[in-house]
Amino acid sequence: MSIWEYANPVKFIRTTDLVLPWVSALAVAALVVGLVWGFFFTPEDYRQGSTVKIIYLHVPAAMMAINAWVMMLVTSLVWIVRRHHVSALAARAAAPIGATFTIIALVTGALWGQPMWGTWWAWDPRLTSFLILFLFYLGYMALWTAIENDDTAADLTSILCLVGSVFALLSRYAVNFWNQGLHQGASLSLDAEENVADVFWYPLLVCIAGFVLLFVALVFLRTQTEIRARRARALLARERQA
Amino acid sequence: MMPELGKYAFAVLASYGVSLALIVVLVAMSLMRARRVRAELDKIEERTKRHG
Amino acid sequence: MIALLTRDLRLAVRAGGGFGLGLAFFLIVTVLVPFGVGPETGLLSKIAPGVLWIGALLACLLSLDRIFALDWEDGSLDLLATAPLPMEGIVSVKALAHWITTGLPLVLAAPLLGVLLSLPADGYLWVLVSLAVGTPALSVIGTFGAALTVGLKRGGLLLSLLVLPLYVPTLIFGAEVARRGAEGLAVQTPLLMLGGISAGAIALLPFASAAVLRINLR
Repeated sequence: MSIWEYANPVKFIRTTDLVLPWVSALAVAALVVGLVWGFFFTPEDYRQGSTVKIIYLHVPAAMMAINAWVMMLVTSLVWIVRRHHVSALAARAAAPIGATFTIIALVTGALWGQPMWGTWWAWDPRLTSFLILFLFYLGYMALWTAIENDDTAADLTSILCLVGSVFALLSRYAVNFWNQGLHQGASLSLDAEENVADVFWYPLLVCIAGFVLLFVALVFLRTQTEIRARRARALLARERQA
Repeated sequence: MMPELGKYAFAVLASYGVSLALIVVLVAMSLMRARRVRAELDKIEERTKRHG
Repeated sequence: MIALLTRDLRLAVRAGGGFGLGLAFFLIVTVLVPFGVGPETGLLSKIAPGVLWIGALLACLLSLDRIFALDWEDGSLDLLATAPLPMEGIVSVKALAHWITTGLPLVLAAPLLGVLLSLPADGYLWVLVSLAVGTPALSVIGTFGAALTVGLKRGGLLLSLLVLPLYVPTLIFGAEVARRGAEGLAVQTPLLMLGGISAGAIALLPFASAAVLRINLR
């Protein structure tokens, strides 16, 4: 029993079909519990007022936006090394989810920043890095759709993902440097983990679990879709040849 | 039993609204595409089976 | 390798496209900026280093799709691939040719255009240096993007979408060197980082570009 068994598309679909309802149900449950708990039953922060409730969306979305890219990086590597099609398709399936989470993180960040920092948008290092991450997602998805041959597309996008990861890290560092150059020491970002009290922490944990489960469920679903779409294309091609 | 959001009501409500809307759209699009592709594949498989 | 380089250079000069076009584009961008932000000298001299960098970057981007497109269309890219030269070498030569025909003229033209933007006197040297160090990275990264999109019919727009995010670190450090130089501050740290990015990109990216090109020629 090894993880590579799931590189078989049929096995992957059969297993995820079994698991998917449970994961989806858990994701919905965790999201509902976490968000309702966070929205209705947490006190206001003495400094930030009710805006602290945004944290239950902002932090999990931001975490998953980065984790989705990491997952794409891993699956791309698996595709390059072991040529398992499911892996490449999982990377493709994850990209739109990651991009959506990036938008959520950016929008909630802007909405939170407006009352707290007095501006919708500041060229703060974290915000800027997320914007750049979003651009990377866009380029990656555009490359997938632009190339017709499935294997070529998988190869090219996984190399782009590797190179992109290096440059995304570089950008992260560069942006940090650049902003310090602009206004010395004026740190706008708040360290979520450090100063969060228990009342906010537990619902936040539930929300994070909810986002993770939602991501897993969506990746399963979308990977299944990609597998079926590819099989349909292959059958059509065979039909045309016959 | 709406909690008292004070002067930041807009920011909080807009955040929840936008995020939930985006998630719902993402899930709906994923589900719709899954259903369409599945139906398509079934159709094609049915056809190829008949033709042998 | 040298034969390939001279061939590419000769083609670029004869066709005239990449050579003059990039420079003209650079000139136009620089001229348009004062129309956009107003003719006030103080403001212009403040943003001059950044404008020069963005202009150079866009001019560089404009000519990227020509790196492989012509060779792809007439089939000489397939011939090159079967030549004894390794693909990594071909890609490096292509990037070098692109830099000589596009990057180098941009570097040399930047101080002249600096006059139009009333760049501070301290800035000329550093704009020149930062562009000289940074444009090779732009060419090499651009070659990677061009290799990714080589077979596509409408690759131009996609190429920009893929390459521009990759340009972010180079742009940040390059513009920072030029800006600090113009303001008379210490430039060592960003200059070292810029040099590091250029060196790393030149050393590693040809392998990625070559791999991509092989996939596209499969």
